[in-house]
Amino acid sequence: MTDTTTSSSGGKRAALKTSIMALGMLPVLILLAIGFELLSGKFLTVNNISIVMQQASINIVLAAGMTFVILTGGIDLSVGSILAASAVGAVTVSLLDGYGMLGIPMGMALGLAFGLFNGILIAFLKLPPFIVTLGSLTAVRGIARLMGDDTTVFNSNLPFAFLGNGDFLGVPWLAIIALGVILLSWFILRSTILGTWIYAVGGNQEAARLTGIKVWLVLLFVYGFSGLMSGLGGVMSAARLYAANGLQLGQAYELDAIAAVILGGTSLIGGIGSIWGTLIGALIIAVLSNGLILTGVSDIWQYIIKGLVIIAAVALDRYRIKSGART
Amino acid sequence: MTADVPILEMRDISKTFGPIKALQGVSLQVYGGEVHSLMGENGAGKSTLMKVLSGAHTPDAGGEVLVDGKPIPLGDPKASKARGVAVIYQELTLAPNLSVAQNVFLGAEPHSGGIVNRRQMMERTRPILDRLGVSFDAATTVSRLSLGERQLVEIARALSTDARIIVMDEPTTSLSERETEKLFDVIAGLKRDGIAIVYISHRMDEIYQLSDRCSVLRDGEYVGTLDKEEIEADRLVSMMVGRDLSSFYKKEHVAGDKDRETVLRVEDMGDGTKVKGCSFEVGRGEVLGVAGLVGSGRTELLRLIYGADPATSGKVWLNGQEVTPRSPRAALAHGIAYLTEDRKDLGLFLDMTLSDNINMAVAEEDARPGGLRNFGAATRRAKAALDALSIRAPSVRANAGSLSGGNQQKVLLARLLEAQPKVLMLDEPTRGVDVGAKSEIYRLIDELAREGLAIVVVSSELPEIIGISDRCLVMREGKIAGEVKAEPGRAIEQTDIMALSTGASERARTGTPRIAEKEGL
Repeated sequence: MTDTTTSSSGGKRAALKTSIMALGMLPVLILLAIGFELLSGKFLTVNNISIVMQQASINIVLAAGMTFVILTGGIDLSVGSILAASAVGAVTVSLLDGYGMLGIPMGMALGLAFGLFNGILIAFLKLPPFIVTLGSLTAVRGIARLMGDDTTVFNSNLPFAFLGNGDFLGVPWLAIIALGVILLSWFILRSTILGTWIYAVGGNQEAARLTGIKVWLVLLFVYGFSGLMSGLGGVMSAARLYAANGLQLGQAYELDAIAAVILGGTSLIGGIGSIWGTLIGALIIAVLSNGLILTGVSDIWQYIIKGLVIIAAVALDRYRIKSGART
Repeated sequence: MTADVPILEMRDISKTFGPIKALQGVSLQVYGGEVHSLMGENGAGKSTLMKVLSGAHTPDAGGEVLVDGKPIPLGDPKASKARGVAVIYQELTLAPNLSVAQNVFLGAEPHSGGIVNRRQMMERTRPILDRLGVSFDAATTVSRLSLGERQLVEIARALSTDARIIVMDEPTTSLSERETEKLFDVIAGLKRDGIAIVYISHRMDEIYQLSDRCSVLRDGEYVGTLDKEEIEADRLVSMMVGRDLSSFYKKEHVAGDKDRETVLRVEDMGDGTKVKGCSFEVGRGEVLGVAGLVGSGRTELLRLIYGADPATSGKVWLNGQEVTPRSPRAALAHGIAYLTEDRKDLGLFLDMTLSDNINMAVAEEDARPGGLRNFGAATRRAKAALDALSIRAPSVRANAGSLSGGNQQKVLLARLLEAQPKVLMLDEPTRGVDVGAKSEIYRLIDELAREGLAIVVVSSELPEIIGISDRCLVMREGKIAGEVKAEPGRAIEQTDIMALSTGASERARTGTPRIAEKEGL
C-alpha cells in the first residue's frame, strides 16, 4: 500500500537503463569480433562471416520462438528434441518420389503439432511450462528416434538442399530465413494485438485475465510458434546435412536458444524484452563458437567459456531486475 | 481485577512507518487471569501493537513493554517469547505435513546431540493436549485436523513454551460454531490458570461473552478501556469510529430517485465459502456502497459478479437481461467493469506504456483487419484520457510504473472507462492514493453517476462510503447483513454501519427503522 512516487527523472533514468540493456550487448558483439580478428587475423573475412551467419541461423530461429515463450514468463526446453523429430520427418518425406519438397511443410507441421501439444497442457491444464517442456524434451526425443528407426535417415538428393548450402546474391539462404523470422517476430510483437497481449501476459498474467485478454490463446500461440520455429530449424538442419539422426541432432540446442534470449536482455520473469536483443544474443554465441575455434581453443574450453557466458547473462538479468525493481 | 502488578504493561508505544503514524502513544495494561479484548476498525493499529509486543516490530524510541513489572528488550522476538509472550496469528503457522507433536516443538525439539528425541517430544506434548481437552493424538498429522483443531495446536505450542500472555488475533474467523465454543472453553481454562489473554475480534457477541475488559484503538491512538459491566455495543462503536466527517466528498448526483431503473441485479451470488447468497440491485445513476470488515467477502463478491472466480450459485441481470458472466472477458463485453483493489499485482502492466495500459481492453475493438494494432486510435484515446482524468504524466509513452499511486489509479480507471461500461464496480478506489487524487476520484465517481452509470464502491473507509454513496450494503461473514440508506436531511451514520458489520445491532439497534437487517445471521 505504500505509495511510491517515482519522479520523472527517475522514469527517464529507468527508460535510459532499458535502452542501454537492449543496446548493451551490441558493443559486446563488436568487441568480440574485433578481438577475434586481432587474435586470429582471419575472423573478419567475407567467407568467415558467411560461415558465422550460417552457424548462427538455426539458433536464431529457435531463439526467436523462445523469445515469445520467455516474454510470457514461460520456458520451452523441448526445442532441440522437436528440431530432431522435425528433421527426421522432413528427410523421410523428402524421399517420396516427386513430392520431395513436401518435406518442408512436413517438418514445420510436426514442429507446430508438438508445440501446440505443449501449449494445450500449459494453457488449459495450467501445468508449469518448465515441467511440461522438460517432459517433451525427453518424450519427443524418443519419438524422433522411433521415427527414424533409431538410425540416420539420408537423402543425398535432398530437393531442398539449396536452403542449407546455397545462397541468394551471395547471402546464404539459411541467413535469409533467419532474418526473415526475426522480421516476422518483430512485426508480430510490435504491430499486432497479439503482440501486446504477449507482453501483457508476461508482465502480469492475472491482470491480463481481468482485462479480458484471452490468456489461453496467448499461451497456445507462443508454444505453438516456438514449436513451429523448431520445425523450421529441423528443416534447415536437414537441408544442411542431407540427413537427420533422431538421437544426436539438436542435443542441447535449447540451452543455446535460452542463452541467446537472455543475452538479448529479455527478462526470464517475462514482460520485458525485444527480438532484436535476441538476434544480437544469438550472434554473440555464434561469434564465440566460431572465434574460439579460429583461435585454436580446445573443444573442452569452448564448453567452459560458453557456459560462463550464460551464467554472466543470468547475472546481468538479476542485476537488471534488482535495479529496476519497484516497491 | 485484584492483582496489583499487571502481568503485561505497554507504555507510550508509538510506531511510524515512513509518513504513516500507525501507533501514537498507546498504553495498555493486562492482568493475569483476564481476557482483555482489543477492538478497533481496520487499520486502527491493533495488529501493529501486537507485533510490537511479540517483537516483530521495533517501536519508536520512548515506549516500554513491561512483563511482571520488568521491561523487556524491544524488537526481539526471542526475548518476548522467553518472557512468556505468545501470539497466535490469524493465518496459522503450522507445518501441515508434520505431526502435532512436531509442530508443538517446531524449532525447539528436545534432542540429544542433534538427534531429535521423538519419544520425549510425544510424552511432553500429551499432557498439554490433555489440559486442552482435545480429541486428537500427538502423533496425528496436522493436515488431517480441522481449522479449529489446528488453532488448538497453536495454543498447545504456546503452552509448551510456558506462555503466560497469549494474544489471539481474530481466532474464530474460520471456525464453526462448535469449534468456537470449544475454543472458549479452552480460554476459560487458561484464565483459571492465571494466563492473560489479549483477544482481538470484530465480533460483538464474542466480546460480550469473553471479555473482562475491553480496550479500543482508533487511528493508532488509545481511546479508552471499558470494564465488563460497562461494555455495550453503542458505546464501543462510537469509541471505534469517533466522529469526523469531512467535506471533501463530492455528491451532487441526484439520490433517492424512486423511479430509477435497475441496471444491475444480482441474485443469490455465492462461491460456497466466502460469499453466501448475496442479492442486491443497483440503479441507473446510483452509487451503492459496500461496507464490511476485511474478510467479510466484499472483494470476493465483486469478483464473482465480474466472472473472475467461479461461482457456485447466483445470477446476474443487466437491464433486465440475464448475463451472468463466466469470465472477465464476458463481463466486459456486457458492460460490467471491475477495478481491482490491488492495482500493482492485479491491475496495471507496470513495464508497459500508459497508452498500452489504457487501451488494453479496447485494442481489439480498434484493431485494423488482421489483428493489427491501430496506433493512431490508441494514442488518441490515451491522450484524451490523460486530459479527461487529469492524469499527470510526461507522455502517453511513459511507463505506468513511473507514475504516482493516484495517477496509476486513474490510468486503471481510464482503461475501464474506455470499455464504456454500464456498471462500474470499484474495489477500494482510493487505496494508497494521496488526498488530492482522492477528491478527484470522488468527483469522477459523482460525474459518472450523473452520466447514468450504475456504480458499486467497496471501501474500508467509512467516511468515504458515507460521503459518496446513496445507499450502503453492509456485509458480514460473506452475507449481506443489511442495508443503510441516506434520506433527505439525514446522512448515513458510521455507527449504523459498524453496528451491522460487527453484528452489534442484534442487541443494541433493534427497532431503528433506517437499518434493514437481514435474518438468519
